[in-house]
Amino acid sequence: MIHFVVHDEGDSAGVVVVEGVKSGDKLIGWVMDQDKTLEFAARQDIPIGHKLAIKPLGAGDTVIKYGVDIGKTIAPIGVGEHLHVHNVKTKRW
Amino acid sequence: MISSATTFLGFRRENGRVGVRNHVIILPVDDLSNAACEAVANNIKGTMAIPHPYGRLQFGADLDLHFRTLIGTGSNPNVAAVIVIGIEPGWTGKIVEGIRKTGKPCEGFAIERNGDLKTIMNASHRAKEFLQAASEKQREVCNISELWVSTKCGESDTTSGCGANPTVGDAFDKLYPLGTTLVFGETTELTGGEHLVAARCRDDEVRKKFQFVFDRYQKVIDDHKTSDLSESQPTKGNIEGGLTTIEEKALGNIQKIGKKCIVDGVLDKAEAPTHAGLWFMDSSSAAAEMVTLCAAAGYVVHFFPTGQGNVIGNPILPVIKICANPRTVKEMPEHIDVDTSGLLRREINMSQAGDKLLDTMLKTANGRLTSAEALGHREFVLTRLYESA
Repeated sequence: MIHFVVHDEGDSAGVVVVEGVKSGDKLIGWVMDQDKTLEFAARQDIPIGHKLAIKPLGAGDTVIKYGVDIGKTIAPIGVGEHLHVHNVKTKRW
Repeated sequence: MISSATTFLGFRRENGRVGVRNHVIILPVDDLSNAACEAVANNIKGTMAIPHPYGRLQFGADLDLHFRTLIGTGSNPNVAAVIVIGIEPGWTGKIVEGIRKTGKPCEGFAIERNGDLKTIMNASHRAKEFLQAASEKQREVCNISELWVSTKCGESDTTSGCGANPTVGDAFDKLYPLGTTLVFGETTELTGGEHLVAARCRDDEVRKKFQFVFDRYQKVIDDHKTSDLSESQPTKGNIEGGLTTIEEKALGNIQKIGKKCIVDGVLDKAEAPTHAGLWFMDSSSAAAEMVTLCAAAGYVVHFFPTGQGNVIGNPILPVIKICANPRTVKEMPEHIDVDTSGLLRREINMSQAGDKLLDTMLKTANGRLTSAEALGHREFVLTRLYESA
């Protein structure tokens, strides 16, 4: 059973692909590019399609997905925490 | 698996192009002529009016785009014949003349000096003749290389980037070497991944052209923005689906051009490509606008991956919906033609997902109606460049 997917092993976050992930749940992730699996515990409730951090991030850090810069954090984000518009912003506009 | 020997049953038009539908359309030149067009389509069952809100007091490049889009729509090989109705004969005639270059039956009617009722009567007589002649047209065997396929995604979420969009990418990688004509666009929605598209351009000339249109569109954003565009681009629906920034959305979007195909050229909005290959069209990222421009450029089948469940269709271009979000395929199954949610459960691989889409593409080309067609989605949205005169 896969709970989240990660595009590339260097990415900062994975995408939850099942409904109803709750804080404390043990999650199995699939790294698509390297075809490996990872295990993490969710530290917050995370809706389907939303991201959980798989690397610890400090405020102002660059967030990587698909192996590419997708924006910057505006607050620290711990592993297993919900990474979204409340703590990450675009660098472009 | 598709190969260079793959065929489908299409409608060959007077100019040699191949369509997969056989529409007779009633096309208004302007907003004022919508009522007459709808009346004709109501009189002659089996014809289709394509109402829209523009066509008055436009000028310059915006007017050129209006004409190019309407002439392109009528010229699309999915259309067998066209009735054009406008408020006055000048611009009506210009559109008729443009469509007639394809050799297909096309006739124009002007409302001034006639009124709606006489116009509707005259146009209905001709529409009936066109429809009956079109209904005699038979499908014939056509090679896969004669298929023109466009793509644009909508209401994307994070599952689009890991499921539905790379499914289109896999299909594009398989279609490209067979001599098909492909297109993608959504200029601002490449923001953050534009360097990846630039790297895929065939040569420096194409790359320079791509970079020019990309930079031009960024300036439009910079000149008009009042925020970081969050909730507009990415949309509220994108954010609800888990997409956080334009960069993340763009990187998912770019999955649609696969890993192998080369960007062979850059098109202006609604501009027809001049040879086979993958084209980038400088275009809006709004779904109905972009699909309308693809139809006007001559594309006959459209791949539309969605995450949250965009329900768009087009009057003349069959829109195939691909979705990998397990919640969306469960909650909105009537809108989804190709369910690739198995990708995210590791039940199928990307090549199998691409083949599933190509199988649906061939069925659609052979005549099977898409979900959007069955549900009556006919969104026809003209792109405007600036205010009217």
